[in-house]
Amino acid sequence: MQNVYLTDTGRKVRRWFWPSVGLLCALLAAGCKKSNEAPATGGGDSGGGGGVIKVGEFASLTGKEATFGVSSHEGTMLGVEQINSTGGVLGKKLELLTEDDLSKAGEPATAVNKLISRDGVVAILGEVASSRSLEAAPICQQSQIPMISPSSTNPKVTETGDYIFRVCFIDPFQGTVMANFAAKTLKAKKVAIFTDVKSDYSIGLAKFFKQGFLANGGQIVAELDYSGGDKDFKAQLTEIKSAGPDAVFVPGYYTDVALICIQAKQLNLTAPLFGGDGWESDQLVKIGQDSVEGDYFSTHYAPDEDTPQSRSFVAAYEKRFSGKEPDAMAALGYDSVMILADAIKRAGTTDGPKVRDALAATKDFACATGKTSINAQRDAVKPAVILQVKDGKFKYIETVNP
Amino acid sequence: MNWFLQQSINGLALGSIYALIALGYTMVYGVLRFINFAHSDIMMLGAFAAYFLAPIMVRVFPAQSYSGALAVTVLAAVICAIIGILIEFLAYRPLRRRPKLTVLITAIGVSLFIEYTCQHASVFGAATRPFPKLVPERDFQFGGLSVNSSDIGVLIVTALLLAGLWWIVQRTRVGVAMRAVSFNERAAALMGVNINRIISFTFGLGSALAAVAGIFFSMRAQGIEPLMGVQPGLRAFTAAVVGGIGNLPGAALGGILLGLLETFAGGVPALSNYRDGISFAILILILLFKPAGLLGKPQVEKV
Repeated sequence: MQNVYLTDTGRKVRRWFWPSVGLLCALLAAGCKKSNEAPATGGGDSGGGGGVIKVGEFASLTGKEATFGVSSHEGTMLGVEQINSTGGVLGKKLELLTEDDLSKAGEPATAVNKLISRDGVVAILGEVASSRSLEAAPICQQSQIPMISPSSTNPKVTETGDYIFRVCFIDPFQGTVMANFAAKTLKAKKVAIFTDVKSDYSIGLAKFFKQGFLANGGQIVAELDYSGGDKDFKAQLTEIKSAGPDAVFVPGYYTDVALICIQAKQLNLTAPLFGGDGWESDQLVKIGQDSVEGDYFSTHYAPDEDTPQSRSFVAAYEKRFSGKEPDAMAALGYDSVMILADAIKRAGTTDGPKVRDALAATKDFACATGKTSINAQRDAVKPAVILQVKDGKFKYIETVNP
Repeated sequence: MNWFLQQSINGLALGSIYALIALGYTMVYGVLRFINFAHSDIMMLGAFAAYFLAPIMVRVFPAQSYSGALAVTVLAAVICAIIGILIEFLAYRPLRRRPKLTVLITAIGVSLFIEYTCQHASVFGAATRPFPKLVPERDFQFGGLSVNSSDIGVLIVTALLLAGLWWIVQRTRVGVAMRAVSFNERAAALMGVNINRIISFTFGLGSALAAVAGIFFSMRAQGIEPLMGVQPGLRAFTAAVVGGIGNLPGAALGGILLGLLETFAGGVPALSNYRDGISFAILILILLFKPAGLLGKPQVEKV
């Protein structure tokens, strides 16, 4: 038996050949099944034939920022269903085609190209993360297809061109809000900033926070960087700790932030951590547990806000998604499709340039996150809210108007 | 000074994890002369095995006890050892007589296969999951220095496993056979060594170490996802090369060196952006001056 492989190689390879082919076929079949299902989940109820208006959505349904993508997608889906149940737009039903971009760079371009050239959508909704919206924006601009980002806050997104809109505030505002909050409410004099260098959102927000905090007479004692997806932050946190800040600004996304909070506590860094809307996910508390307790972040919306639109949205969302409380991403996803439907109605056509003009003219449209107007930079002008993690829940602290 | 000591502790703990993974790369290279790229994914599978075993073990052992943690770790290591042996049996063994490049590309394929299968919603899904606390964690404070109990744990366990591995390779019959296969496969077979069994054993041992590394890695950074192995895997592979691939103490040394370099580069404010660039530049310099790695012996390739 010792020399079996020396002489019998040919036979052994043949013995493995057919089982391997069988396995490969099974896998291919599984793969195909998945790709068939993907559009169906986002499809909603569509009318038949030419009686539909196709709207494309690209979202991070899986991967690092999955809860953002899923929340936003659920909000969008709810919006589409509500519009269709009340007769649709221009007598046609909306059909939502959703592509998952796996929270990865490179995927949005593929997804959006596919939606525009293969599916022929009239508008694109997405994405939450600024880096990924920035990737899709030039494609939409070139094809003259209006794109509405529900919650990308980096200013560069809408600077791409006149077909790119957003329904949320931008980071210069959010950064200033958090700078004022740190200086006035937290009474911090010395702040350290810990930035994700892989994310346009994080870099932008850190920059605007720094400007705002320095303008408040504060001092930035340490500026360190990490790279999104890292697991070990102790090197940088040790340096931050030795700088002795009163608070640490971490403008990142929730998965990284949760690990940063845990390791900060392990290093006995007691200063509170605070950040932006990238924090708002129930995963932050699930992963971070006690370590995120007491920390603050700014976001777009608190579900206990009291307007008729907000209340009816919260009720409808909870009913549709079995009691799940909507977060800011869900509300903004809902708003993005509502504003799009309103613009198509006013334009009276799905023609790209006309819809674009109608979107740009949006004024005081009542949304789930409050009255929305689109300004000359194609950004929404909206208040920000500040929340605190308290007993594993997000507690409303204050609203800051622009 | 405090800063220096604290960063040394951080770096040593991180480096020990790299060392544990690097041992697996270097052992497989030793017997088969190729890089098993799927090794980093075994580490991820080890973390996931522990994630699913921990709630079951709570029923048998008290929650967050050392006995429970030991049981979880041993079982996860056994599961990963079996997976490692299976991978070798299904993917690499049929190609053993083919050019090494074929096997290398297959290894990359196996790695991608595991990563993307696990990301599918019906397997693990791509979302990050919170890793359960296996042992009670304590933070020790020594005048401004803070040391987490998991950091001490990983140092001790790495040292013990390295010693155990050294003993297996140098003092047991299996170890002699492993070295014989590594030296000359055909001659070892003629001397009555069951090559297939030795190679399976090597894969099993390396994969068990990867599982332990995965568990410690997840204890430090308590979020696990199917792509978590990619970054540490790449670093550990580099560590194995820098230490001298095929050389066990070299892999451990390379791992700890890389962990320290990364931590010190990452802890300087203006440099933290270039952390990986700096540590890898230093590693390239080392390889320029010592092409066979720190502890590797220069070899003449027979043509």
